[in-house]
Amino acid sequence: MILGSAFMPPSEHVHWWFATGFLVLALCFAARAVVGPAVWDRRPWRRYLFPSVVFVMGLLMWPVMVFFTNSTIHMVAHGSWAEMMMLAGGAQLGLAAGKLKSPLWNLTTPLALLVGGIAILVHEQNSWLYSRAAFGHHLIGWIAVGGALIPLVLTFRPRSVVTGVCFAALLVSISTVLYADRDTAPIFGHLAREAGVPHR
Amino acid sequence: MQISTELAPSVARRSRRGLVVLSLGPLCALGGVVWALLQPYRITLLHPYGQGFWWLVSEPPIYVVLVGLAFHWLVAPGLVEDLEDSERSRSQP
Repeated sequence: MILGSAFMPPSEHVHWWFATGFLVLALCFAARAVVGPAVWDRRPWRRYLFPSVVFVMGLLMWPVMVFFTNSTIHMVAHGSWAEMMMLAGGAQLGLAAGKLKSPLWNLTTPLALLVGGIAILVHEQNSWLYSRAAFGHHLIGWIAVGGALIPLVLTFRPRSVVTGVCFAALLVSISTVLYADRDTAPIFGHLAREAGVPHR
Repeated sequence: MQISTELAPSVARRSRRGLVVLSLGPLCALGGVVWALLQPYRITLLHPYGQGFWWLVSEPPIYVVLVGLAFHWLVAPGLVEDLEDSERSRSQP
């Protein structure tokens, strides 16, 4: 467990920053669903907005992988999230720029959620009620694995308002669980003795 | 009179979509405010003594408020403008 130092924030803070990234994405996708992709794409900077956010989140996951992981499986999981977010963001950037033509590149988004979700579930070694962090990881993993269906549908029905709003809700749920994450905290009043003492 | 009758439903729908876009940011910001009221201890600036640098920087409810306000001020106005332009051009023959 890393509690942080003057140079390195506690790992829970990093979860909150990524939660903020997911919240930005959720607002973008909600607005895009309401106005439709054609109107959203009218201004070039807006077309690049959420792909850039996803790509930058992927880039920022690399230092997280280097500085915040304390086992091989954690490192591999964080590395896979970095790769998947960069792949999905990069594909969306390519589509926005017109360099990629096939809408099938949108499949990188459900792929990223599926692979990311599996990585979260595999790398969480503790049971659901071990601690709040363990609970959050299990929950996000299943949200991502199940929720991968939504961008899959969105790939083939990009103008569906309901599917677009569902995708935004999925991102809000991921953001909420990440904001609730704490390094050492109980979940439903339960905290395993081995997890340590809640520091705050 | 005839034109007005035909346009009325689409105008109502337009304004609803615009309103939804304009309400996203304030709703998000409101969520942050409600969170801060429910869990004031998540804002360490309210009790800053003895807190380290990162604990003073990381204020999740304030992040939520800032995201909502940034969206409302930076993204929503242009988006609503484009939405109205698009629907105006669609309604014109």
